[in-house]
Amino acid sequence: MLRLPSFQLEEPKSLYAALVLLAEAKGEAMVIAGGTDLLPNLKHGLFAPKLLVSLARIEGFVGIEEEPDGALLVGPMTPLARVAESELVQAKAPALAQAASLVAGPQLRTQGTLGGNVMLDTRCQWYNQTHFWRQSLGYCLKKDGTACHVVQGGKKCVAAASNDTAPALMTLGATLRFERLNEKRELPIKSLWSPDGIWNKRCDKDELLTAIRIPAQDPGHRGAYGKLRTRESIDFPLLGLAARLTLDHEGRVQDAEISGVALAARPSPVRGVADVLRGTLPGTAEFDEAVEAAAQLAYKQLRPLDNVPGSAWYRREMVPVLARRTLQAAAKGEGPVHPL
Amino acid sequence: MSARDQHGLAAPHGEFQIIGKPQRKIDGAAKATGSALYTDDLTLPGMLHAKTLRSPHPHARIVSIDTSAAQALPGVHGVITGKDLPTPYGVIPWTPDETALAVDKVRFIGDEVAAVAAVDEDTALRALELIQVEYEVLHSYQDPKEALERDEPTIHQNKRGDNVSKRVKLDFGEVDQAFETSPVVIKGDYSFHGSTHAAIEPHCALAQVDGDGLLTLWSATQITHYVHRALSSVLDLAPHRIRVIQPAIGGAFGGKSDPFSLEFCVAKLAQITGRPVKMLWTREEVFYAHRGRHPMEMQYSLAANEDGKIQGVDARILIDGGSYSSFGLVTTYYSGQLLTGPYDFPTYRFDSTRVFTNKPPCGPKRGHGSVQPRFAFEVQLDELAEKLSIDPIELRRRNSLGPQTKTVNGQRITSCGFDECLLQVEEASDWKNKRQSLGSGKGVGVAGSMYITGTNYPIYPNEMPQAGIQIKVDRSGVVTVFSGANDIGQGSSSMVAYVVAEELGLTLDMLRVVAADTDLCPVDLGAYSSRVTFMVGNAAIDASRKLRKLVVGSLAKHWDVEERRVRLVKGEALDLEDPERHMTMAEAFQIAEVEHDTLGATGSYNTPTLGGDYRGGSIGASPAYSFSAHVVEVEVDEETGRIDVQEVWCAHDCGKALNPILVSGQIEGSVYMGIAEALYEHHQTNRFGLHSGPSLLDYPLATTLDTPEIKSLIVESNDPEGPYGAKEAGEGPLHSAIPALSNAIFDAVGIRLRHLPFTPDVVLRALREKRANDNQAPSPGSDA
Repeated sequence: MLRLPSFQLEEPKSLYAALVLLAEAKGEAMVIAGGTDLLPNLKHGLFAPKLLVSLARIEGFVGIEEEPDGALLVGPMTPLARVAESELVQAKAPALAQAASLVAGPQLRTQGTLGGNVMLDTRCQWYNQTHFWRQSLGYCLKKDGTACHVVQGGKKCVAAASNDTAPALMTLGATLRFERLNEKRELPIKSLWSPDGIWNKRCDKDELLTAIRIPAQDPGHRGAYGKLRTRESIDFPLLGLAARLTLDHEGRVQDAEISGVALAARPSPVRGVADVLRGTLPGTAEFDEAVEAAAQLAYKQLRPLDNVPGSAWYRREMVPVLARRTLQAAAKGEGPVHPL
Repeated sequence: MSARDQHGLAAPHGEFQIIGKPQRKIDGAAKATGSALYTDDLTLPGMLHAKTLRSPHPHARIVSIDTSAAQALPGVHGVITGKDLPTPYGVIPWTPDETALAVDKVRFIGDEVAAVAAVDEDTALRALELIQVEYEVLHSYQDPKEALERDEPTIHQNKRGDNVSKRVKLDFGEVDQAFETSPVVIKGDYSFHGSTHAAIEPHCALAQVDGDGLLTLWSATQITHYVHRALSSVLDLAPHRIRVIQPAIGGAFGGKSDPFSLEFCVAKLAQITGRPVKMLWTREEVFYAHRGRHPMEMQYSLAANEDGKIQGVDARILIDGGSYSSFGLVTTYYSGQLLTGPYDFPTYRFDSTRVFTNKPPCGPKRGHGSVQPRFAFEVQLDELAEKLSIDPIELRRRNSLGPQTKTVNGQRITSCGFDECLLQVEEASDWKNKRQSLGSGKGVGVAGSMYITGTNYPIYPNEMPQAGIQIKVDRSGVVTVFSGANDIGQGSSSMVAYVVAEELGLTLDMLRVVAADTDLCPVDLGAYSSRVTFMVGNAAIDASRKLRKLVVGSLAKHWDVEERRVRLVKGEALDLEDPERHMTMAEAFQIAEVEHDTLGATGSYNTPTLGGDYRGGSIGASPAYSFSAHVVEVEVDEETGRIDVQEVWCAHDCGKALNPILVSGQIEGSVYMGIAEALYEHHQTNRFGLHSGPSLLDYPLATTLDTPEIKSLIVESNDPEGPYGAKEAGEGPLHSAIPALSNAIFDAVGIRLRHLPFTPDVVLRALREKRANDNQAPSPGSDA
């Protein structure tokens, strides 16, 4: 079995204590939520923190609450399985429930958390390997090396954002609360991402994600998530797409969006989707044509790179298929689209 | 072959009590509850932990190794390198090209260079980082074609100065003439990718040297006897000073049938340090150890008559062996020798070449050497059926070789239930209504195969029995059976218990089986080539019958009746004609012990003389062959290229199912493994020579959700030489699953997949190519 490096573990019982620990560690600490991604990464020598601050015992970090205005407030340590099975999430944010239901496999969803999935490290076939393997390779841009093996000669890391819940939360207009000792800020999840695969988030590493807020959706909200992966369980996405439709009182599309993940360093929205779908009525040929046009927009804009295992050509060819099927599933109140 | 080796089909007591009925495995409860002890569960006082330093280069000369800093690290007790264990070994005695640690060069990324024993794994790992190795990097070979064409540098030294590991070229009959005169000839290129076993338990070994210098090795191996021999040779220690034990094992599938570096390293480190030493490989290290399925590039030509009758088969195969020989000599023979049934080939030629490359070494994986050619040939047969518009099952029937025949390469076929296998899958799958009729994207495919039940080639030449059993009887009624066979989860120890219990009229709870311990058990050659049930089963019958004769004789005297009236059944001895007269088997054993002294018996099995009269004619010569037929039903998503295997029907002729549950389990496991390696798995290196993903995340084994419905159909042809008629069931039922899948995809969507694996990107490209071709050439009369 691969060995874990040695580190100190703290399990604070309050948010305040956690923030104090993180402040005192001055960047030498890492946060551990469910640990389903961090622990293998530690075994692979991708991180060597002196201190791990566990969020497992912090009061109030688990749970899904509906606020008076209809918004959902999800604690960062809420297990993915609970998000997936929550009737509240299924009703109000179906794309999120579907995405959470497709992360990894059942055991990992019980242990893994929504906050952990949002904050997931980017993934790459040249990076998520043991130290021996990476040493034999001569390392890579993301960790310990200078060369990118995905884009030869590339100067920017393109490891893939691989969090299924990210595009779902983007289509739901979610906001994230980040806290630091004596500091608190709200950030729309769409503004979180940066195109740098080494650290693809516009937050500091010692900022703690303390809440995920999903605003109340319009009564005509429809959402779905579609996922491409090798097997029907366990695997990270080779491609993930979330779709949202907002229907007006006649049932026509008023607004729409698609966001994708497992492409490059950050999850990406598809531009112009609302424009092609607006005014169409699901179930009609006109809608189907608009969906096809939206799928072609996605095909043009979303370009998976050779970062995660498998054929990048194939992942790209699946973009329009997944876009079409996910939009249609959203329109029908169905989903998730999986297996593709 | 002597009289001891054939025991007939009949039950010892008229009707079988245990054999042929569903039984539990004798170790099932222990494994299910976690009480079974695997090698890594064993801990000894003062035990050290060892780790291995591995090569970061695919091909390099070792210029120097400096271990002084590692030796000096507190907590380190021993450091060894290739110079400490320089004697080469190999499971095949003719090709000893491995050393426990690299002596002068490394041949793939992951090749073993040094080993450290320390107080714990972390200390051993720190010590590895302190070992300085200077390498001179050499050109490395990742492509077998390059290795075939280029001689400099060579990966191993040989007389020819090339990178060829083994070449076998054999001709049977007038092949060229058959091709010249046959009206139908089909030629094609096929390829099979690499796959590995991925047994759930990683390799692990523990060594202890006692005060007298006696070495004991516990190891997760399926070949205790060969490990024993190899240890003796490499350590230069007399075999009687070595004991090898195989504890409970978490699967093997051929991946634990070579002697491995860690076994020698822990033994040597235990000798050096005087303390027990254990090494457990990581999953990554297991991927480097590999010994999995050989990638093969295969050109096949098939000549046939208009009625579909095969006239000739001509094959040329390039085998990618990876960095060492392992079983490669046998693999090369098997790639040609095992194809000659279940169909009648009037003429046959194969030319197989195995080359070395700088990749993890290939070896035997379930269906060793014959799964790949079987894939190519059975797809080609489907092409023949298509060309002649003959139902593919009917085509196979027309060519069926049948029982009591001889193959073109001189293999003796005794029992053969292949026709029955075809009939069963045809009926169970509703083939006639489904073929070419399931509609868009859906289809069915068929394929057949044959496999060995052990061979008469004992790896090292000797005339001693291939299998042995020893039985000890206790006055309490407990019967302990000592079996050399390696139970790797297939249930060989259970099989021994069933046989002995059946023969001696015992209940299974009276049996103890002690297996795979070289101090305690008679030699068995190991769990490979599907030999164990046949050979050890026969040895168990042999031993049991000798013992039964003693017990029955004593009881007959005791009751003063004829021996035929004495029955041993369900733990009791009774007089058939006097219901009042009966006793427990414990009492019966005591009566026999009074007459014969301490009770015990031995039994053995050896193969008859088999095989063609030519060099290599005995490789693949089996005392009995198993037969399989598969029908696979698929649905192909033409937009995504994803293949959904809906159901697989596998009919397998295992001769006689000693325990039908275990036979069904072997069929299901084989089908699972075959379909999964065809659809998901790919053991390969990348452009740097690095394994493309040595983890169970990146090497995608099928999950429960990815596994099709499997219907196992047991066919019993009652082999005249098998134990109660039994033949193998562990490997045969994998073979034809893969070509049947390809053939089903053709029936579904009209693409002929000749190159594995069938990943969605490959399927999608083929579908698009077909669509483009169809659009270019609209069929006459179409209104498109």
